[in-house]
Amino acid sequence: MASIGIKDVSKIYNGGVTAVSSVSIDIADGEFIVLVGPSGCGKSTLLRMVAGLEAISEGSVTIGDRVVNEVDPADRDIAMVFQNYALYPHMSVYENLAYGLKNRRTPKAEIDARVAEAARMLELQPYLERKPRALSGGQRQRVAMGRAIVRKPSAFLFDEPLSNLDAKLRVSMRGEIKRLQRRVGTTSIYVTHDQLEAMTLADRLVVLSGGKIEQIGRPLDVYHRPATTFVASFIGSPAMNLVTGELHGSKLALGPALIDLGATVPTQGAVTVGLRAEDLHIHDGTKGDLPFRIDYVEELGSQRLVHGVVGDQPLVAAIPSEIPLPETASLSIATAKLHFFDSKSGQRIDWVGEGAIAASIPAMEVAAS
Amino acid sequence: MYRTRLLDHVILLIGVFIMVAPVVVAFMTSTHEAADIHRNGLSLTWGGYFTETYNTVLTRKGGFTGEITGARMIWNSLILGIGFAAGKIILSMLAAYAIVYFRFKLGTLFFWMIFTTLLLPLEVRILPSYEVMNKLSLTNTYTGLIVPLLASATGTFYFRQFFKSVPEELLEAARIDGAGPFKFFIDILVPLSRTMIAAIFIIMFVYGWNQYLWPTLMTTDERFFTLVRGIKQILLVWVGSNIPDYNEAFALAILAMLPPVMIVMIFQRWFIKGLTESDK
Repeated sequence: MASIGIKDVSKIYNGGVTAVSSVSIDIADGEFIVLVGPSGCGKSTLLRMVAGLEAISEGSVTIGDRVVNEVDPADRDIAMVFQNYALYPHMSVYENLAYGLKNRRTPKAEIDARVAEAARMLELQPYLERKPRALSGGQRQRVAMGRAIVRKPSAFLFDEPLSNLDAKLRVSMRGEIKRLQRRVGTTSIYVTHDQLEAMTLADRLVVLSGGKIEQIGRPLDVYHRPATTFVASFIGSPAMNLVTGELHGSKLALGPALIDLGATVPTQGAVTVGLRAEDLHIHDGTKGDLPFRIDYVEELGSQRLVHGVVGDQPLVAAIPSEIPLPETASLSIATAKLHFFDSKSGQRIDWVGEGAIAASIPAMEVAAS
Repeated sequence: MYRTRLLDHVILLIGVFIMVAPVVVAFMTSTHEAADIHRNGLSLTWGGYFTETYNTVLTRKGGFTGEITGARMIWNSLILGIGFAAGKIILSMLAAYAIVYFRFKLGTLFFWMIFTTLLLPLEVRILPSYEVMNKLSLTNTYTGLIVPLLASATGTFYFRQFFKSVPEELLEAARIDGAGPFKFFIDILVPLSRTMIAAIFIIMFVYGWNQYLWPTLMTTDERFFTLVRGIKQILLVWVGSNIPDYNEAFALAILAMLPPVMIVMIFQRWFIKGLTESDK
């Protein structure tokens, strides 16, 4: 068990391509960190640099109080779970679990004890003599995790471990990983491109884009206060609506509508406005603030996603399925739930009105549409 | 589903007949006496001299020095065949391992250099090879018989392709599990290549077993004669007024066939298993 320090780490390939640029993350002992981002954002490269499978071009990685830049992967005291499991196909489950320990000259009795313990935790006892090919995907993934657990390393590294599983299994394995990590309390770094996995698993999220950190924070903080438009559109499903608006004093012009914010935002003029689909309320006729033309509806069962346009900007609203859809609709949103981003840099703009939880939808002026 | 019809069986039977009939004729003829064969030619019936002929072939000391027996020749052939196949596999696996897993300068160039030698048959370099062996006074030794033939472009190429198909993550998992280059090779790659090894072993054993020109050149001492050479030796008697021992030649030919057939039968099961098992 150990903390992990990633300090100004960069990966620059021979051709001059920068995959990861100057990333710093401090990971506390026992923390579950999820690196999330679209494919090609450098999250796997970063993980592999921590594992020692890629050379670190710049910066330093510390595990515990040891700088491990030049340390062999085997000596970094880490264990890794791969996307395609990477089980040794010719070895039985038992041998797969024991291989790492055997290479470290662990006494036979202790190997047996540790394998038995891991097998019990992961409910693998009936399969110990089987070869990996005789196991299902979920069982293989459990073996891969068992291989990490038996070593009792200071850190677990997960490289998209669930992406080869079907949707149902993914949900149950997600729970299992979380439970297991709580139980053994090992510091973990988990890479995924699935924002839902990231939200549910992480103690803290690291959102990466183009090799740079967009935001680090607890899942709910990231969800409620995305630092950039990238994070806003990446975290949460459906993605946050990003529309362009214009600020005039304490008023926001959004398409044909004018909304009184009740406070000024520290910027004026063109701005990117973020609206969560689930914060939008739908009204019959023109009772709401934003005139909304419905395009089509996606029924999800518990809720429905209504796609439409405000002015000429597309918008999605998530509404409970009980509410009947009006012919002509309009939307309203609590001003406190509005997010503002710089229209050029995409950086979040904090303002005083946000976070002030509105008890009811405050009165808003309805602009002539 | 396709239903097997009578015609299919007929076609298969014709195939079996074409393949097996010559062998049966050779075997049947080998049980006759030499004079009988000389008079009546090949025969399809049982001659009744099976034990005598095969006993003679295996145990009678013959040749110019009177020291070489059929059993001895089989032994020599086995040494050549197995040494040849095993040596080629070990050498080409190691070469392929180096080419695939170690990024050294000009690695690709070396690979293609090895690969282009595929185009040259053994016979092209047989005289220089002989010259070298002669200078090292390795003629009439098993070493001289086997070693010069070991470098194998075919084997290296097959193993290279196979190693390239082994998932990269397996290497990474092994590295994290604390397996060094040597351990990874022995513990992971060799067991994974079992079926590939079986396939190459079949090909190379038969190739080595059937070598004729190189053993002829390398061995003048009869103690090192291989079976394939022995058969030829028997027919050489023709020069005199003797009737050549046709029966013995046929018996030797049958004997020469047995080990490769057995090897193919033993390894074939692995071979097919390897082809049908999907994941590595």
